[in-house]
Amino acid sequence: MNDLSQAKTFDEFMEGIWRQNPVFVMVLGMCPVLAVSVSAVNALSMGLATMFVLVCSCGLVSLLRKLVPKEVRIATYIVIIATFVTVVDYVIQAVSLEIYDALGAFIQLIVVNCIILGRAEAHASKHPPIAAMVNALGMSIGFVIGLFALGAVREVLGAGTLFGVSLFGPNFQPWVVMVLPPGGFIVLGAWLLLFSALKRRQEARLAAPGGGHGA
Amino acid sequence: MAPESLGQIFLAAVLANNFVLAMFLGLCPFLGVSARLETAFPMGIATTFVMLVASLCAFGLNLLLTAFQLEFLRLISYIVVIASAVQLVEMFLKKTSPALFRALGIYLPLITTNCAVLGVALFQTAREYSFAQAMVFSFGGGAGFTLALVLMASVRERLQLSSVPGVAQGTALSLMLAGLLSMAFMGFAGLGGG
Repeated sequence: MNDLSQAKTFDEFMEGIWRQNPVFVMVLGMCPVLAVSVSAVNALSMGLATMFVLVCSCGLVSLLRKLVPKEVRIATYIVIIATFVTVVDYVIQAVSLEIYDALGAFIQLIVVNCIILGRAEAHASKHPPIAAMVNALGMSIGFVIGLFALGAVREVLGAGTLFGVSLFGPNFQPWVVMVLPPGGFIVLGAWLLLFSALKRRQEARLAAPGGGHGA
Repeated sequence: MAPESLGQIFLAAVLANNFVLAMFLGLCPFLGVSARLETAFPMGIATTFVMLVASLCAFGLNLLLTAFQLEFLRLISYIVVIASAVQLVEMFLKKTSPALFRALGIYLPLITTNCAVLGVALFQTAREYSFAQAMVFSFGGGAGFTLALVLMASVRERLQLSSVPGVAQGTALSLMLAGLLSMAFMGFAGLGGG
């Protein structure tokens, strides 16, 4: 591997984490993001389950990319994804029944997570397996970061704990609405607001005379 | 068998446990198609129809799979059935109303990956609903989805006439709005026996 292709692989990897972050930039796969992010532990386990499905199905889709006829490709992808989700479903059930109950139907609903189908269609079906899996790994790390950012904020505000450890002592009055459905929408909206404000400030700084470095 | 009556299931699915605002199902079309009222309503109707078909097929499939003890194939067979139902709706709309077909665009095939549709099938299986209960549940879910979509679209149409700070425009604003709507729907909690 020469330097150029290594740099390109690294770029593919970082694309999902930052520039094309699935949660904050593309706003994909919202349903599981909002539904399970009531606590940091739930958010992390959901993120890891999605990561497994995304990486495995992108790898397989990429291996089969020359064999699958164009007309039935979406159906094929969905069946591949559903297979891996069934695997994850049974694994989580075997490893921790507590987490399985907390996540409920949302483990099976990973099938209809738009990020996975989107990656399979837009990237894995056009690239060799290694590149596809690296890109999928970056995307899923970005997804985990997004889920965790949301889950941690909601747990801290809504229950006063992080990973079940109390942060503010016994006198903290929990902000219950944050762990209820409206809190999910509002916290995610606030994150997006923060990012858009930061982006705007950066643009203003670059546009100002004398500011910026031509980048 | 679940002890709830049909009316309770319907009310709970439309209002108290609204699919979009309380259970976070089907958010992609909710944020994507809710910009204008005239596309939001047909989208809701199309989704409701797919939900009914999917729920009907899922009920039959579940009986079959349980009889042969093939429960691990449940997810795969459900998703294939839903994909076919969506294809059916797509062909029907293309034939009868090409204008609407174009307006819905990419979101029509995306009903396949609408979590609300698969959610209906999975929840009715998990709660062991009888046939009538499952039908009422999926119809209520669809009606609730349409209601949320129409409410959101009406609010967003109004917003286009008001001046919004530049930073907040777009998805951030839609999410905040959804949060407020969701808070309003919390007022229905407990209705229809939760």
